[in-house]
Amino acid sequence: MIEIDNVSKHFTLHNQGSASINVMRGASLSVAPGECVGLTGASGAGKSTLMRMIWGNYLTDAGAIRVAGLDVASAAPRQIIALRRQTLGYVSQFLRVVPRVPTLDVVAEPLLALGTPEAEAQARAADLLARLNIPRRLWALSPTTFSGGEQQRVNIARGFVHAFPALLLDEPTASLDAANREVVLALIEEAKARGAAIVGIFHDEAARERVCDRLVDLREFSPKAAA
Amino acid sequence: MSAPALKNPALKNPALKNSLQLDDAPLLSVRGLSRNYGARIGCADVSFQLYPGEVLGIVGESGSGKSTLLSCLAGLQRPDTGEVIFATANGPQDVLTLPEAARRRLMRTDWAFVHQNPRDGLRMGVSAGGNVGERLMAVGARHYGQIRAEAIDWLGRVEIGPDRIDDRPRQFSGGMQQRLQIARNLVTGPRLVFMDEPTGGLDVSVQARLLDLLRGLVRQMGLSAIIVTHDLAVVRLLADRLMVMKDGHVVEQGLTDQVLDDPQHAYTQLLVSSVLQV
Repeated sequence: MIEIDNVSKHFTLHNQGSASINVMRGASLSVAPGECVGLTGASGAGKSTLMRMIWGNYLTDAGAIRVAGLDVASAAPRQIIALRRQTLGYVSQFLRVVPRVPTLDVVAEPLLALGTPEAEAQARAADLLARLNIPRRLWALSPTTFSGGEQQRVNIARGFVHAFPALLLDEPTASLDAANREVVLALIEEAKARGAAIVGIFHDEAARERVCDRLVDLREFSPKAAA
Repeated sequence: MSAPALKNPALKNPALKNSLQLDDAPLLSVRGLSRNYGARIGCADVSFQLYPGEVLGIVGESGSGKSTLLSCLAGLQRPDTGEVIFATANGPQDVLTLPEAARRRLMRTDWAFVHQNPRDGLRMGVSAGGNVGERLMAVGARHYGQIRAEAIDWLGRVEIGPDRIDDRPRQFSGGMQQRLQIARNLVTGPRLVFMDEPTGGLDVSVQARLLDLLRGLVRQMGLSAIIVTHDLAVVRLLADRLMVMKDGHVVEQGLTDQVLDDPQHAYTQLLVSSVLQV
């Protein structure tokens, strides 16, 4: 479902003396449907960079990243937009939403973008918010005023509201209490059971043990190791 | 804010048909568009394609040529060279070579232009209902009751109460005027909307409401839009794709979050790093 083939990445900082920084070389990874692969390695090893390359908000210099057959590294923007709408979900660490939009609508939006009728999309969003213990009285409010843990759960609800065949999870259990952490891990297990291919970053070791089928250490792909 | 369901099913979102095999034709193809002001470059050799349901953002600082480009595209200014090919009902046609009457008809029906200053897009001496109804009459509506009903419906969608229908725009706040301008432009169900700094000059709280409104309309009507702005936070929330202009040239274009998160050109890097945290 997700096939990463020999990719490399560098950044050129034009306004800082045109410094060129190689951050990844020869990274390869394959994730089958129903499988969860955890990315490991110290901060700065390139876990988030690789995840963003799969999402397509970071460009890939060389190699291929195929998600459901589409090479994100060479695809046109509108192909990536369609991929994100239908196939590839992403739970990032940051919630980015239009201010003042109610939480329920924020969570229902991925379904509305797919043409799901509004009532059905909102019902599904309500189920997830309830399951993630976001109090009903908050659903009509914008999540921009919520606590960090609440925003994180809204982000998770948004990522799981549509049954994406491929999912990227960046620290989905960070800043959650034990009960909510349990809900998120159950959601991940259910997604795997329905055949989703998942790439995740988990600093929570117990969570990693529980949901990841394999771990990949990004240090293997650092340019220094290859040199 | 969620707009009520559309009455016209023909306005259903065409973007929903996009599967991963995207075989639809572009709505707008721009090739080699240039416009000079004497020796100065307005915009130079701009080419891009816009597909149904897509929102394209154009960013750059003042004087970068983004407004020149927009007005050339929308037919408000004549470019020196280039083609602007639009998928009309009769197939793709270069709007720059269309006879004047045909071009004007296109601008009234398939296209809309939302100006930065609502005064440029509204008739300030005509009631709110009249402003919306006028566009309908321009495309042939004649039944007074229907025009008024449609106007009330559209005022409602942009959150202007029916009790304000007979008020003139100059009695409205800036944010309301901007929403009225949007209603006036969208009432005829255009396929392509040009917007020049649509949220410029508004309070941030009013901006947020307008952004939400625009996003909902784009999704429900399957609109394509080209939005010129210098506000990177606005394009991140509204635009699928982004074009960065400097000194009349397009220096970078791509997926909006890619251009903002992994900018390649020195100027884009400067632009992104200069923004106060968004």
